[in-house]
Amino acid sequence: MTATEQATSGTPAPAGHEAGHEEIITGCDAVAQALRLLDVDVLAGYPIRPYDSVMSAVSKMIANGQMDAEFIVAESEHSQFEIGKHASLVGARAFIGSAGVGWMYGMEALVVTASLRLPVIALVGNRALDDPGAFGVEHNDALMVRDTGWLLYWVESAQEALDTTLLAYRVAEDKRVMLPCALSMDGAFLTHSQHIVRVPDEERVSRFVPPYDLGDRRFHPDNPVSIAPQFNEDWVMEARRQSDAAMRRARTVIGEATADFQRLFGREPEDPFVDAYRMEDAEYALIGMGTVGMVGKVAVDRMRAAGKKVGFVRVKWFRPFPRPELRALLRNVKGVGIVDRDYSFGSSSHAGVLYTEVTAALYPEPRRPVVAPFIAGLGGREVSVENMLEMEDSVERVTAAGELDPTCQWIGVRGPATDPRYEQGENPRTAEGGAR
Amino acid sequence: MAAPELTVPDLEINRRITILPLQEYYTSGHRTCQGCESALVMRYMAKVAGPRTLVTGTTGCMYVANTSYNSTPWSLPWAHTQLGSSGSSAIGTSAALKALMRKGKIPDERINVIAFCSDGGGGDMGLATLSAAMQDTRYNLLILLYDNESYANTDIQASGMTPWGAVTAFTPSGKRQRITHHRWKKNVPALLMAGHPTGRYFANTSSGFGMDLMEKVRTALDMDGPTFVQTHDPCPKGWDYDPRMSHELAVMAVECGITVLWDCLEGELRYQGISRQQVEGKLRRRPVADYLRRQGRFAHFADEDIDFFQSRIDEMWEDWILPGVLRVNQTPFGPGGSRG
Repeated sequence: MTATEQATSGTPAPAGHEAGHEEIITGCDAVAQALRLLDVDVLAGYPIRPYDSVMSAVSKMIANGQMDAEFIVAESEHSQFEIGKHASLVGARAFIGSAGVGWMYGMEALVVTASLRLPVIALVGNRALDDPGAFGVEHNDALMVRDTGWLLYWVESAQEALDTTLLAYRVAEDKRVMLPCALSMDGAFLTHSQHIVRVPDEERVSRFVPPYDLGDRRFHPDNPVSIAPQFNEDWVMEARRQSDAAMRRARTVIGEATADFQRLFGREPEDPFVDAYRMEDAEYALIGMGTVGMVGKVAVDRMRAAGKKVGFVRVKWFRPFPRPELRALLRNVKGVGIVDRDYSFGSSSHAGVLYTEVTAALYPEPRRPVVAPFIAGLGGREVSVENMLEMEDSVERVTAAGELDPTCQWIGVRGPATDPRYEQGENPRTAEGGAR
Repeated sequence: MAAPELTVPDLEINRRITILPLQEYYTSGHRTCQGCESALVMRYMAKVAGPRTLVTGTTGCMYVANTSYNSTPWSLPWAHTQLGSSGSSAIGTSAALKALMRKGKIPDERINVIAFCSDGGGGDMGLATLSAAMQDTRYNLLILLYDNESYANTDIQASGMTPWGAVTAFTPSGKRQRITHHRWKKNVPALLMAGHPTGRYFANTSSGFGMDLMEKVRTALDMDGPTFVQTHDPCPKGWDYDPRMSHELAVMAVECGITVLWDCLEGELRYQGISRQQVEGKLRRRPVADYLRRQGRFAHFADEDIDFFQSRIDEMWEDWILPGVLRVNQTPFGPGGSRG
């Protein structure tokens, strides 16, 4: 029996779920509340919008005596992430975070945190990469670590941000997993928007997340180990294979942890991996990550009211990728539209990362739906309900036309986005002498 | 797992070491080059630190040559850290110990935290993290920079601490340009000392002076707060000389006044051994040609190059108010300094 199982199994479900209290707080504040409840030991911060308000909130709680932790203002993201990594190695529960190019600046440290199998948790306040400088949301920052052994999750609301922070530590620190986890939150739309959030009590949180125990890898004089000696062709493949096995096991652990979460905190049962909205008899579906889920659901309600059989699927865990869930949800759907709030220049169909992943997930299906790629909402541009309707319309059109490889469409981009001159390397607006 | 019982007495520390344990904490199992002085520095450092110590080390010779192919010479807990992360690994380690001890999650005791780095990892890439570590007085830590004056495990490329004019893989001597390494070596301990008044202890020493080195490491570990020790380590592979000359070259660098044995304990600057005698005028500095001519990396030097090198060394002893340490030639209040 693992420590996690011991901590939660046989524990009677609490009589009522009214323990805790409600607050109107932002996404960043919700994560900060979770960190307090989790008794996180070491936090390292470095300023970059929009993730940084979580560190402001935490440092204020420490200053007020509401939380007992070492908070370090690092001199770069690279140092910030290395501080988190080494604190975790000593056995401290550690928290870091960043956004946009800041996340990139510390990339080396992020990679080794994953390859050292240390359960550091990070908040990524999704932000467009430079240049040009922009504060708004794009998912490319967090996606950059998608191949390195980081668990990745995209939240939709402040409540989900708090809940997922608890879940992230529980899953990451499980002996079967021991991988870092980055929680992504759409910059501004969620980091800085206020929601009503139920903040649970400490006692219940400590029952859900047992103390962090690094076991025989703990960096302490009582345990004289050498951590990460150098090796090459003799052992590297085996080390990579262990990370792979941990990521595979994470699916099981996420399932268990989510079930326990529902039992302890009484929040409505959901699929741990995807948020499927009105998909029961859907003929068409839109798929996205993060806050576009809210817009997508409103659009679905409107289309359903108009008699269309449309649903929305929000991908929650991006790593491990929810392939079984998506296959089950989409195998009877005629047409699918992927709303990528990111790009992958030069990739299949010149689409986004989510498109590439979803199409690959569906490949083994004997009868596959038409999948239409869209890129929308880059740099923090709003994705409106109208945009969603437009995309769904387009999905229906290409499905009816039997297009097996629809062209990627940029939604809401100014100028004639579908003008063939774009593909010939010209800017039609400039060519026409219009506004640049 | 319990730590093995010590069979030798603990160190008696009163700035001077009188008893050393037989116990080694950096032992066999490494594949450093014959004549590697940095390996000796690791051994001194571990010996004097003792078993209640955590060591992190950046990428570099003392990573790839020490823990090659999943072997290890460390009987202390040791962890790799990235090339530019000596300061951040020390802060992270020390902060975690502090938090866990304060919260009663691990027993409260004195545990030494040492992060070592190289001239490349510390003096170049990780300089900002050294600076951050020296500022944060909440944490007890020692950064040890072993300076072998090049990126020696990657095929000897110039670092910011390679001596002026030396031939390296990136700064060759050619038919058109005799000298292609144009940077004068940066003085990291003085740089840190000058800019971080809250740092408790800064020291410069040499692999050729084992007792001086061990006393400085021990002094650093006895202090609360951030401390820094740099060692000058001859490198047969990078400097191109017969490995049996390693120790002699380390001593010669001090005799020539190129390496200076000094430390600064809470703002008090002190010189040790040969360097002290040189400052006090009791010992003449040896000509730098003696040192330069023994190394292949300076074999292309013309007489004028040696004269230039000598003039720079003379200047740091004759014109600087803090000889051999900090380039301040005069103050608005007169020459001042130790020589009045």
